[in-house]
Amino acid sequence: MAETSLVQMKGLRDGLLVSLGDAAWPVLESALMNYIEKNEAFFKGARVALEVGNQILKVAELSALRDTLSGRGIILWAVIGDSPTTESASQLLGLATRLHKPRPTPEPNPPARGIDNESALWIHKTLRSGVRVEYAGHVVIVGDVNPGAEVIAGGSVLIWGRLRGVVHAGAEGNQNAVVCALDLAPTQLRIAGQIATSPRREGNPQPEMIKLKDGRLQAESWHPG
Amino acid sequence: MTAQIVTISSGKGGVGKTTAVANLAVALASEGKKVVCIDGDIGLRNLDVVMGLENRIVYDIVDIVEGRCKTRQAMIRDKRLPDLFLIPAAQTRDKNAVSPSDMMRLCDELRAEVDWVLIDSPAGIERGFRNAIAPADRVLIVTNPEMSAVRDADRVIGLLEAEEKAAPSLILNRLNPGLVRRGDMLSVEDVYDLLRIELIGIVPEDENVIMASNKGTPLTLDGKSRAGQAFRNVARRLSGEQVPFLELEAQSLWERLTRLGRK
Repeated sequence: MAETSLVQMKGLRDGLLVSLGDAAWPVLESALMNYIEKNEAFFKGARVALEVGNQILKVAELSALRDTLSGRGIILWAVIGDSPTTESASQLLGLATRLHKPRPTPEPNPPARGIDNESALWIHKTLRSGVRVEYAGHVVIVGDVNPGAEVIAGGSVLIWGRLRGVVHAGAEGNQNAVVCALDLAPTQLRIAGQIATSPRREGNPQPEMIKLKDGRLQAESWHPG
Repeated sequence: MTAQIVTISSGKGGVGKTTAVANLAVALASEGKKVVCIDGDIGLRNLDVVMGLENRIVYDIVDIVEGRCKTRQAMIRDKRLPDLFLIPAAQTRDKNAVSPSDMMRLCDELRAEVDWVLIDSPAGIERGFRNAIAPADRVLIVTNPEMSAVRDADRVIGLLEAEEKAAPSLILNRLNPGLVRRGDMLSVEDVYDLLRIELIGIVPEDENVIMASNKGTPLTLDGKSRAGQAFRNVARRLSGEQVPFLELEAQSLWERLTRLGRK
């Protein structure tokens, strides 16, 4: 395959969208850099969104790319990919993972991808301020969710740790979604369309589960069964 | 010599990064170590003022990066401590004049010549911050016992984790034990509880800090003030001294203060 066909570019209202074809990452990366070199004047100072398809990219690869691009005066602001690894790596680096508008082919009914087979996104770390996690299925977090962090899930959110940030479970309207945490003191909590902030609590924290019941968010203590 | 590159950062402005850099540099240099401070705050420089070297700036970091001078020419030697140098920021340019790879090249060059490189990061999480952390072997986060400063510190720690940098250490600056006792200020425990990173120093609030920075003589230079003592301890911990006692010592000081207050 000719190298140029690996890199496709089109203009967006506020920058460039560069789509990469299917090849090993080092090949794509050098194809991209060649492409940029050839069109140097065009890219200078540009805001670039990168579409990577199924490519699985880790934080190290993305941050190296971002730094290389920024060395050439190019701002990488978004990485759009299908792999959850790529998506969470871009989110960790503070890059957008979708363009402002819905993707060119919005599906009429957003499929609850993860929910059908009950798959969940597993995160084994504390989410600090500024981190945003979005996932269509359930999300399990072993660690805290600090103030300023956001978790948006199509399904339920289970936190083995302290919840102090913002959580939105059942974000696509799933009213059966629940939120559980060992210590539940969110900045704001939403399930489907309902919003609640947590009252100031006295005494020792205990594991709790929040459910949507009769159109309101209700807390109950969290125990199996 | 193989220098350690230490970046001092915070997210929020005004928490004491520049003061921390100046004092740590003085403390390390008074122990006979060769220290270079780099002011990363291009366009809003002030490390030179705090260190009292403002009127001696000829070349700055942008001159080095753009090849107008040799690195050595931009290093201002402190008159009081011959092993202390400052590479000032440019005041008439902005952060984009330097890139993360420029910083890495500069630090690699210094690495062979000095013991410590301390980088004063600008506030914020944009280009200047990226420049400052790119070459760092180690990052110290300065925060105050205030919710807004702690939140920003948390954000910065998250960004460092995303960059897969080594875990940063925390300097809790401007702690007022009286206010903590009355429940009007976050305590060391409150801050640690949220940030969960190694505590490398607790610096008490001290009005001498302001007087010293106005005079351009970092207060670690004179032996008496408590904040100066706290910064000297941080410098010793940085050098690897007393590392096993780090948190114990911090806590016993803390407990002593609490106990004093209860009497």
